[in-house]
Amino acid sequence: MSKQYPKPKLVPVPSTNIIPERDVDKSPILECRHLGIDFGGLSAVSDFNMAIGRTEIAGLIGPNGAGKTTVFNLLTKVYQPTRGTILLDGKDTHSMTTAQVNRAGIARTFQNIRLFSKLSVEDNVKIGLHNQATYPMWSGIFRLPSYWHKEKVAHEMALELLSIFDMQDLADHQAGSLPYGAQRRLEIVRALATGPSLLLLDEPAAGMNPSETAELMDNIVKIRDTFQIAIMLIEHDMNLVMGICEGICVLNFGKIIAKGTPAEIQANPAVIEAYLGKKKEA
Amino acid sequence: MTAMKQARRLRKATVNSFINYAIVIAAFIILQILLGQDMISNSIQSMLVPVCCYIVMAVSLNLTVGILGELSLGHAGFMSLGAFSGIIVSTALKDVVAAEPLRLLIAMLVGAVMGGIGGVIVGLPVLRLRGDYLAIVTLAFGEIIKNVIMVLYVGIDSDGLHMATKEANLVLAEDGVAIIKGPMGAVGVTKIASFTAGFILILVTLFVVQNLVDSRAGRAILSLRDNRIAAESCGINVTKYKLMAFVVSAVLAGAAGALYGLNYSSTVASKFDFNTSILVLVYVVLGGLGSIRGSIIAAAILTLLPEMSFMRSSSLKDYRMLLYAVILILVMLASNNPTLRRAFGAVGKKFKSSKKQEGGAAQ
Repeated sequence: MSKQYPKPKLVPVPSTNIIPERDVDKSPILECRHLGIDFGGLSAVSDFNMAIGRTEIAGLIGPNGAGKTTVFNLLTKVYQPTRGTILLDGKDTHSMTTAQVNRAGIARTFQNIRLFSKLSVEDNVKIGLHNQATYPMWSGIFRLPSYWHKEKVAHEMALELLSIFDMQDLADHQAGSLPYGAQRRLEIVRALATGPSLLLLDEPAAGMNPSETAELMDNIVKIRDTFQIAIMLIEHDMNLVMGICEGICVLNFGKIIAKGTPAEIQANPAVIEAYLGKKKEA
Repeated sequence: MTAMKQARRLRKATVNSFINYAIVIAAFIILQILLGQDMISNSIQSMLVPVCCYIVMAVSLNLTVGILGELSLGHAGFMSLGAFSGIIVSTALKDVVAAEPLRLLIAMLVGAVMGGIGGVIVGLPVLRLRGDYLAIVTLAFGEIIKNVIMVLYVGIDSDGLHMATKEANLVLAEDGVAIIKGPMGAVGVTKIASFTAGFILILVTLFVVQNLVDSRAGRAILSLRDNRIAAESCGINVTKYKLMAFVVSAVLAGAAGALYGLNYSSTVASKFDFNTSILVLVYVVLGGLGSIRGSIIAAAILTLLPEMSFMRSSSLKDYRMLLYAVILILVMLASNNPTLRRAFGAVGKKFKSSKKQEGGAAQ
C-alpha cells in the first residue's frame, strides 16, 4: 500500500485556481461574487470573491476570528448570505437549503467534530451515502428486494470509502469512541460519501501530531487525485497549507487581503502584517 | 471473509428485534394458556386489550421521543382521533360487515388513517421549526381534540352520517342511532376488540418501527437526533424525515386508539387527556429512550400494576399520577447527573465485559 499517487508538490506550480475574477477563463466549480454577511451591525465577511477550479486544492487562511468558518457556513447555507452570489458549477445556490447544497455537490467537515457519535462508524458513512444508495421508506419497512440490494451496495461502498484511511476494521465501532484523529478522518470519509464535487475541510489537521499531519497531507492529495474533486481547506498548520494548496486566499477581519500561490502569499507584506503585526517605523 | 462479516453484522442488527418479537409471542402464548386454565382474575382479563393498546402507544411514542428526539406531549390526541373514528366506522358498518374481526380491522385502519392525517396537520407546520415547538403544539393539539369531541354529536340513519355541535341540531330518522353524544362520549358501542387483535397490532407495530429504524430512513431519523447540522450537511431533508417519524408514530397511535375505543361499551373524550399523554411518556422514559423493548416492558408492567390485588387494596393507586411525576423527575435528575451517569456507565461496562468473558468461556 505504498503511495501510487504523486507526492505533494512542495514547490507550487503557478496557480490556476484562485484567480482574480478577470482571469476566469475555464469554468470553475465554485465561484463567489461579492459574498458578504452581516451579524447585526457587524460585517463578518464582506466582498468575498474567489473561484476554485475543478480539481484544485485551495487554502483559506487567516488569523483567528477572520471569518474563515463563516465563509464555509455561507457556502453550505448554514448562514444565508446578506449580499453576493455563490455559483456552484454555474448554478446560483441562492434558494437552496443546506441539504440541497450538499446534494448539488458541496460536502464539508466541521471545526468541532460533528459525528453521529452514538452510531457505528459504518452507519456514519451510510448516512453520508443517504443520497447515493436510495430506496423508498416502504421498501425499508417491508424489506422489499430494493432494500436488500441497496443496503448491500451501501455496505460495500462504506467499507471501500473507509479503506481510504485504512479504517475498514473499525466499521463496527461506535463513532464517539474513536480516537480524535480517527474521528477527524471519519468526518472526511462521511463527507466524501455524499459524492461531492467540492470538499470543504475545516481545520482537518487540528489536534494531530506532525506524522499524522504528514499522512493527512498525502491523503488529501490522494483523495483529490482519485475522486477528481476540488478541495478547499481552512488550516492553521502552515506546513500543510503551503505544502499541498495550489492557491491560497488570506482573510482578515472578513476581507480578503491576499490571493495567490503559496510563494506569493509568503512574500506578501499585507499577510505578514496580518499575522505578525506592523513593522515599527524607525 | 466479507460474507461472514456481513452475516455477523446482519445478525447483530436483527437479533434485537427478533428478541422483541419472541418476548411478545411468548407472553401471548403463556397468557392464552393461563386464560384457557382460567387462572387469570377478571380484573386482569379486562386489562389485556388496554395493555396491548398502551404497549403500541409507548412503542410508537418512542419513535418520536426516543428515536427522533422530539418531545411530543399529545400522543393521546392521536389515540382519541383513532378511537372515535374507529367507533363511528364500526357502528356505521354494523349491518354491512357482519364479521367482527373484519369490522375491527377496517375500524383500526380508519383509525390509523385519521391518526396519520392528524399527524400531518400537526407536524407539517411545526416540524419545520427548530426547538421545542412540537411539545407545545402537541400539548395544545391533544386538548383541542378532547374539547372538539366533547361538543360533537354524531349519529347515523338511513341517509348516512350526521354531525352537529349541538344535541338539538342532530336530527336523525326513526331508525337512526346517535354514536357520539357530546360530553357523554360514545355510548352503546359493540365491543369487538379482542386480545388476539391487540397481540397482532403489537407485532405489526414492532415490525414497522424496528424495520423503519434499521433502514435508510431510520438512519436519517437517528442522524437528526444525534446532530442535526451534520445530518443536514449530509444532504438529509430534515423536515421530511422528522415528519416521517412523527406521522408513523401518529398512525400507530390511531390504530391503538381504535382498538381501545372498541374495547369498551362507552368511551368519553376526557379519557384521552393530557394525563394519558404523560402516562405514555412515563412508559417511554422509564423503559429507556430509544429502547423498544424497554417501552414494551414498562408499558405492560405499569398498566397492570395498579390492577394487581395488592395495589387495589392499598391507597397507593390514588397517588399513581403523583408517583409517576416524581419518578419522571428523579429519572431526569439521575440521567443528567454526571456522577451518577458515570457510576451507571461503569456498572454497565462491568456487566458487559463479564458477559463477554462468559461468552468467550462458553466458546
